Amino acid sequence: MSDINIVDAPPGIEGSGFFATSLDKVIGLARSHSLWPLPFATSCCGIEFMATMGSHYDFGRFGSERLSFSPRQADLLMVMGTIAKKMSPVLKQVYLQMAEPRWVIAVGACASSGGIFDTYSVLQGIDEIIPVDVYVPGCPPRPEAILDGFGKIQELVKNESGRRRHSDQYKQMLASYGIE
Amino acid sequence: MTDITNNDLIELLGGKFGNKITGVNEPYGLLTFETTKDVIIEVLQFLKENEVANMNFLTDITAVHYPEKNQIAVVYHLHSMVKRIRIRVKVFIHEHTPTIPTATVLWKSANWMERETYDFFGVKFEGHPDLRRILNMDELNVHPMLKQYPLEDPNRVDKKDEYFGR
Repeated sequence: MSDINIVDAPPGIEGSGFFATSLDKVIGLARSHSLWPLPFATSCCGIEFMATMGSHYDFGRFGSERLSFSPRQADLLMVMGTIAKKMSPVLKQVYLQMAEPRWVIAVGACASSGGIFDTYSVLQGIDEIIPVDVYVPGCPPRPEAILDGFGKIQELVKNESGRRRHSDQYKQMLASYGIE
Repeated sequence: MTDITNNDLIELLGGKFGNKITGVNEPYGLLTFETTKDVIIEVLQFLKENEVANMNFLTDITAVHYPEKNQIAVVYHLHSMVKRIRIRVKVFIHEHTPTIPTATVLWKSANWMERETYDFFGVKFEGHPDLRRILNMDELNVHPMLKQYPLEDPNRVDKKDEYFGR
Protein backbone atom coordinates (compact mmCIF):
# COMPACT_ATOMS: atom_id res chain seq x y z
CA MET A 1 0.00 0.00 0.00
CA SER A 2 1.33 3.37 -0.94
CA ASP A 3 0.48 6.47 1.08
CA ILE A 4 1.85 8.92 -1.43
CA ASN A 5 -0.11 12.17 -1.52
CA ILE A 6 -0.77 13.94 -4.77
CA VAL A 7 -1.36 17.68 -4.81
CA ASP A 8 -4.86 18.91 -5.49
CA ALA A 9 -5.62 20.41 -8.87
CA PRO A 10 -5.73 24.19 -8.92
CA PRO A 11 -9.15 25.83 -8.98
CA GLY A 12 -10.70 25.70 -12.44
CA ILE A 13 -13.70 24.74 -14.49
CA GLU A 14 -14.30 21.06 -14.80
CA GLY A 15 -16.62 19.19 -17.09
CA SER A 16 -16.96 15.97 -18.93
CA GLY A 17 -13.62 15.38 -20.69
CA PHE A 18 -12.04 18.74 -19.96
CA PHE A 19 -10.53 20.82 -17.20
CA ALA A 20 -9.76 24.48 -17.67
CA THR A 21 -7.57 26.64 -15.46
CA SER A 22 -5.02 29.38 -15.94
CA LEU A 23 -1.52 28.61 -17.19
CA ASP A 24 0.01 30.56 -14.29
CA LYS A 25 -1.56 28.23 -11.78
CA VAL A 26 -0.44 25.06 -13.54
CA ILE A 27 3.11 26.30 -13.96
CA GLY A 28 3.19 27.60 -10.38
CA LEU A 29 1.99 24.25 -9.07
CA ALA A 30 4.65 22.37 -11.00
CA ARG A 31 7.45 24.77 -10.12
CA SER A 32 6.65 24.92 -6.44
CA HIS A 33 7.06 21.16 -6.11
CA SER A 34 10.29 20.89 -8.04
CA LEU A 35 12.43 23.76 -6.77
CA TRP A 36 16.13 23.13 -7.13
CA PRO A 37 17.88 24.88 -4.27
CA LEU A 38 21.44 26.15 -4.38
CA PRO A 39 22.79 25.95 -0.83
CA PHE A 40 25.14 28.84 -0.14
CA ALA A 41 26.16 27.58 3.28
CA THR A 42 28.90 29.49 5.07
CA SER A 43 28.46 28.58 8.72
CA CYS A 44 26.31 26.94 11.40
CA CYS A 45 23.00 27.52 9.56
CA GLY A 46 24.55 25.36 6.85
CA ILE A 47 24.93 22.56 9.41
CA GLU A 48 21.23 22.87 10.20
CA PHE A 49 20.54 22.66 6.50
CA MET A 50 22.54 19.44 6.33
CA ALA A 51 20.23 18.07 9.02
CA THR A 52 17.29 19.32 6.96
CA MET A 53 18.57 17.39 3.97
CA GLY A 54 19.10 14.27 6.07
CA SER A 55 16.72 11.35 6.33
CA HIS A 56 15.01 12.56 9.52
CA TYR A 57 13.66 15.84 8.11
CA ASP A 58 14.04 14.79 4.47
CA PHE A 59 13.93 17.97 2.44
CA GLY A 60 13.34 15.78 -0.60
CA ARG A 61 9.71 15.35 0.45
CA PHE A 62 9.03 18.81 -0.94
CA GLY A 63 10.46 18.21 -4.37
CA SER A 64 13.92 19.48 -3.52
CA GLU A 65 15.74 16.19 -3.50
CA ARG A 66 18.12 17.49 -6.10
CA LEU A 67 20.38 20.26 -4.87
CA SER A 68 21.93 22.27 -7.64
CA PHE A 69 25.51 23.26 -7.03
CA SER A 70 25.50 25.16 -10.29
CA PRO A 71 23.67 28.48 -10.07
CA ARG A 72 22.64 28.18 -13.71
CA GLN A 73 20.28 25.30 -12.97
CA ALA A 74 19.05 26.49 -9.59
CA ASP A 75 15.68 28.08 -8.84
CA LEU A 76 16.18 28.95 -5.19
CA LEU A 77 19.25 30.51 -3.60
CA MET A 78 19.45 29.51 0.05
CA VAL A 79 21.91 31.77 1.86
CA MET A 80 22.76 30.18 5.18
CA GLY A 81 25.35 31.85 7.35
CA THR A 82 27.43 34.95 7.85
CA ILE A 83 28.35 36.81 4.68
CA ALA A 84 31.55 38.79 5.14
CA LYS A 85 31.88 41.88 2.98
CA LYS A 86 34.75 40.21 1.19
CA MET A 87 32.32 37.42 0.25
CA SER A 88 29.55 39.70 -0.99
CA PRO A 89 30.75 40.05 -4.62
CA VAL A 90 30.84 36.24 -4.81
CA LEU A 91 27.27 35.95 -3.51
CA LYS A 92 26.09 38.61 -5.92
CA GLN A 93 27.74 36.87 -8.84
CA VAL A 94 26.09 33.58 -7.88
CA TYR A 95 22.73 35.39 -7.85
CA LEU A 96 23.41 36.98 -11.23
CA GLN A 97 24.30 33.61 -12.73
CA MET A 98 20.94 32.15 -11.78
CA ALA A 99 18.29 32.17 -14.50
CA GLU A 100 14.89 33.79 -13.99
CA PRO A 101 12.63 32.98 -12.29
CA ARG A 102 14.78 32.86 -9.18
CA TRP A 103 13.99 33.09 -5.51
CA VAL A 104 16.15 33.84 -2.49
CA ILE A 105 15.74 32.72 1.10
CA ALA A 106 17.89 34.18 3.88
CA VAL A 107 18.29 31.51 6.55
CA GLY A 108 19.30 32.63 10.04
CA ALA A 109 20.08 35.87 11.79
CA CYS A 110 23.41 36.51 10.03
CA ALA A 111 22.08 36.28 6.49
CA SER A 112 18.98 38.28 7.46
CA SER A 113 20.52 41.13 9.46
CA GLY A 114 24.15 40.43 10.26
CA GLY A 115 23.16 38.71 13.50
CA ILE A 116 25.63 39.06 16.32
CA PHE A 117 28.30 40.24 13.88
CA ASP A 118 27.64 43.98 14.07
CA THR A 119 31.10 44.77 12.75
CA TYR A 120 32.85 46.53 9.91
CA SER A 121 33.78 43.34 8.10
CA VAL A 122 30.36 41.66 7.90
CA LEU A 123 27.46 42.41 5.58
CA GLN A 124 24.47 43.55 7.67
CA GLY A 125 21.99 41.31 5.89
CA ILE A 126 22.22 39.99 2.34
CA ASP A 127 19.36 42.30 1.32
CA GLU A 128 22.01 45.01 1.05
CA ILE A 129 23.19 43.37 -2.17
CA ILE A 130 20.44 41.05 -3.50
CA PRO A 131 16.64 40.95 -3.14
CA VAL A 132 15.32 38.43 -0.61
CA ASP A 133 11.92 36.69 -0.74
CA VAL A 134 11.77 34.96 2.65
CA TYR A 135 13.70 35.47 5.90
CA VAL A 136 14.02 32.62 8.39
CA PRO A 137 14.82 33.83 11.91
CA GLY A 138 16.93 31.85 14.35
CA CYS A 139 20.53 31.48 15.40
CA PRO A 140 20.64 28.95 13.91
CA PRO A 141 17.03 28.08 12.98
CA ARG A 142 15.95 24.50 13.56
CA PRO A 143 15.28 22.35 10.50
CA GLU A 144 11.55 22.81 11.09
CA ALA A 145 12.01 26.55 10.68
CA ILE A 146 13.96 26.07 7.46
CA LEU A 147 11.20 23.79 6.16
CA ASP A 148 8.61 26.41 7.17
CA GLY A 149 10.54 29.09 5.30
CA PHE A 150 10.72 26.80 2.30
CA GLY A 151 6.96 26.33 2.53
CA LYS A 152 6.58 30.11 2.36
CA ILE A 153 8.73 30.12 -0.78
CA GLN A 154 6.53 27.40 -2.27
CA GLU A 155 3.46 29.56 -1.62
CA LEU A 156 5.15 32.50 -3.38
CA VAL A 157 6.06 30.31 -6.33
CA LYS A 158 2.55 28.87 -6.54
CA ASN A 159 0.86 32.27 -6.58
CA GLU A 160 3.31 34.23 -8.68
CA SER A 161 1.92 35.81 -11.82
CA GLY A 162 3.61 34.74 -15.03
CA ARG A 163 4.07 38.40 -15.90
CA ARG A 164 5.70 39.47 -12.64
CA ARG A 165 9.28 39.09 -13.84
CA HIS A 166 8.54 41.31 -16.85
CA SER A 167 6.85 44.06 -14.88
CA ASP A 168 8.33 47.52 -14.50
CA GLN A 169 8.02 47.20 -10.75
CA TYR A 170 10.24 44.11 -10.75
CA LYS A 171 12.78 45.75 -13.05
CA GLN A 172 12.89 48.81 -10.82
CA MET A 173 13.41 46.60 -7.80
CA LEU A 174 16.38 44.90 -9.51
CA ALA A 175 17.71 48.26 -10.64
CA SER A 176 17.68 49.46 -7.03
CA TYR A 177 20.22 46.68 -6.37
CA GLY A 178 22.24 47.75 -9.39
CA ILE A 179 21.28 44.65 -11.38
CA GLU A 180 20.79 45.17 -15.16
CA MET B 1 70.62 20.83 27.87
CA THR B 2 69.18 22.88 30.70
CA ASP B 3 66.27 25.30 30.64
CA ILE B 4 66.90 28.98 31.25
CA THR B 5 65.02 31.55 33.34
CA ASN B 6 63.71 35.02 32.60
CA ASN B 7 66.58 36.48 34.63
CA ASP B 8 69.15 34.68 32.48
CA LEU B 9 67.53 36.15 29.36
CA ILE B 10 67.46 39.70 30.74
CA GLU B 11 71.12 39.51 31.74
CA LEU B 12 71.98 38.21 28.31
CA LEU B 13 70.06 40.99 26.52
CA GLY B 14 71.29 43.72 28.88
CA GLY B 15 74.88 42.68 28.33
CA LYS B 16 74.46 42.79 24.57
CA PHE B 17 72.17 45.78 24.00
CA GLY B 18 72.47 47.80 27.24
CA ASN B 19 70.04 50.70 27.51
CA LYS B 20 68.24 49.73 24.29
CA ILE B 21 66.33 47.22 26.43
CA THR B 22 63.71 49.02 28.54
CA GLY B 23 60.42 48.45 30.31
CA VAL B 24 61.26 44.93 31.48
CA ASN B 25 58.21 43.30 33.03
CA GLU B 26 56.87 39.82 33.71
CA PRO B 27 53.06 39.86 33.43
CA TYR B 28 51.77 36.34 34.17
CA GLY B 29 55.39 35.14 34.09
CA LEU B 30 55.88 36.06 30.43
CA LEU B 31 59.06 38.09 30.07
CA THR B 32 58.25 41.32 28.24
CA PHE B 33 60.51 44.19 27.26
CA GLU B 34 60.57 47.18 24.95
CA THR B 35 63.17 48.14 22.43
CA THR B 36 63.52 50.57 19.55
CA LYS B 37 62.95 50.10 15.86
CA ASP B 38 66.56 50.80 14.86
CA VAL B 39 67.77 47.68 16.71
CA ILE B 40 64.67 45.44 16.62
CA ILE B 41 65.97 43.17 13.89
CA GLU B 42 69.34 42.86 15.66
CA VAL B 43 67.54 41.99 18.91
CA LEU B 44 65.37 39.37 17.18
CA GLN B 45 68.37 37.95 15.34
CA PHE B 46 70.33 37.77 18.59
CA LEU B 47 67.47 35.98 20.36
CA LYS B 48 67.10 33.58 17.44
CA GLU B 49 70.74 32.73 16.89
CA ASN B 50 72.22 32.98 20.38
CA GLU B 51 72.90 29.47 21.66
CA VAL B 52 71.67 30.24 25.17
CA ALA B 53 68.36 31.87 24.22
CA ASN B 54 67.67 29.84 21.09
CA MET B 55 64.32 31.52 20.29
CA ASN B 56 63.88 29.61 17.06
CA PHE B 57 60.12 30.02 16.65
CA LEU B 58 58.24 33.21 15.81
CA THR B 59 54.82 32.71 17.40
CA ASP B 60 53.15 35.95 16.36
CA ILE B 61 53.50 39.52 15.21
CA THR B 62 50.70 41.91 16.03
CA ALA B 63 50.17 45.51 17.12
CA VAL B 64 48.31 47.65 19.65
CA HIS B 65 47.08 51.17 19.01
CA TYR B 66 47.42 53.73 21.83
CA PRO B 67 45.61 56.83 20.50
CA GLU B 68 46.17 58.83 23.71
CA LYS B 69 49.94 58.39 23.29
CA ASN B 70 49.82 58.75 19.47
CA GLN B 71 51.69 55.47 19.32
CA ILE B 72 51.39 52.01 17.88
CA ALA B 73 53.13 49.15 19.63
CA VAL B 74 54.35 46.37 17.36
CA VAL B 75 54.48 43.17 19.41
CA TYR B 76 56.63 40.12 18.67
CA HIS B 77 56.10 36.81 20.44
CA LEU B 78 59.04 34.40 20.34
CA HIS B 79 59.26 30.84 21.60
CA SER B 80 62.28 28.70 22.27
CA MET B 81 61.30 25.14 21.42
CA VAL B 82 64.63 23.96 22.81
CA LYS B 83 64.75 25.90 26.09
CA ARG B 84 60.99 25.82 26.69
CA ILE B 85 60.59 29.55 27.26
CA ARG B 86 58.68 32.36 25.65
CA ILE B 87 59.38 36.07 25.34
CA ARG B 88 57.48 39.15 24.20
CA VAL B 89 59.15 42.12 22.51
CA LYS B 90 57.41 45.48 22.02
CA VAL B 91 58.46 48.34 19.79
CA PHE B 92 56.63 51.66 20.07
CA ILE B 93 56.40 53.65 16.85
CA HIS B 94 54.58 56.88 16.04
CA GLU B 95 51.06 56.44 14.65
CA HIS B 96 51.62 58.95 11.84
CA THR B 97 54.85 57.33 10.65
CA PRO B 98 54.22 53.64 11.33
CA THR B 99 57.27 52.10 9.73
CA ILE B 100 59.48 49.30 11.05
CA PRO B 101 61.99 46.95 9.38
CA THR B 102 60.62 43.61 8.27
CA ALA B 103 61.34 40.40 10.15
CA THR B 104 60.98 38.29 7.00
CA VAL B 105 64.77 38.34 6.76
CA LEU B 106 64.82 36.12 9.87
CA TRP B 107 61.61 34.06 9.61
CA LYS B 108 59.69 33.35 6.40
CA SER B 109 56.60 32.97 8.58
CA ALA B 110 56.74 36.69 9.36
CA ASN B 111 55.44 37.35 5.85
CA TRP B 112 51.74 36.73 6.52
CA MET B 113 51.92 38.01 10.10
CA GLU B 114 53.25 41.34 8.86
CA ARG B 115 50.67 41.47 6.11
CA GLU B 116 47.96 40.99 8.74
CA THR B 117 49.45 43.70 10.97
CA TYR B 118 49.60 46.00 7.96
CA ASP B 119 46.02 45.14 7.04
CA PHE B 120 44.57 45.94 10.45
CA PHE B 121 46.92 48.62 11.82
CA GLY B 122 48.58 50.14 8.76
CA VAL B 123 52.08 49.35 10.01
CA LYS B 124 54.45 49.49 7.04
CA PHE B 125 57.13 46.83 7.25
CA GLU B 126 60.07 48.15 5.24
CA GLY B 127 61.65 45.51 3.03
CA HIS B 128 58.62 43.19 3.12
CA PRO B 129 58.45 41.31 -0.21
CA ASP B 130 54.67 41.65 -0.74
CA LEU B 131 53.01 44.04 1.68
CA ARG B 132 49.29 44.04 0.79
CA ARG B 133 46.03 43.25 2.58
CA ILE B 134 45.55 39.62 3.57
CA LEU B 135 42.19 39.33 5.37
CA ASN B 136 40.05 42.38 4.68
CA MET B 137 38.60 43.10 1.27
CA ASP B 138 40.95 44.95 -1.06
CA GLU B 139 38.53 47.88 -1.48
CA LEU B 140 38.65 48.74 2.22
CA ASN B 141 40.36 52.11 2.47
CA VAL B 142 41.04 52.13 6.22
CA HIS B 143 43.01 50.04 8.69
CA PRO B 144 40.06 49.02 10.85
CA MET B 145 41.75 48.20 14.16
CA LEU B 146 43.02 51.75 14.57
CA LYS B 147 40.82 53.18 17.26
CA GLN B 148 39.55 56.21 15.34
CA TYR B 149 37.41 53.83 13.23
CA PRO B 150 34.13 52.52 14.63
CA LEU B 151 33.95 48.80 15.24
CA GLU B 152 30.28 48.58 14.30
CA ASP B 153 28.84 48.81 10.82
CA PRO B 154 26.91 52.07 10.21
CA ASN B 155 24.36 50.25 8.00
CA ARG B 156 22.96 48.29 10.92
CA VAL B 157 19.28 49.23 11.32
CA ASP B 158 17.76 46.83 13.84
CA LYS B 159 19.76 48.13 16.81
CA LYS B 160 18.59 51.74 16.65
CA ASP B 161 17.45 53.12 20.00
CA GLU B 162 13.96 53.98 18.73
CA TYR B 163 13.15 50.27 18.40
CA PHE B 164 13.84 49.82 22.11
CA GLY B 165 12.03 52.92 23.40
CA ARG B 166 15.30 54.69 24.28
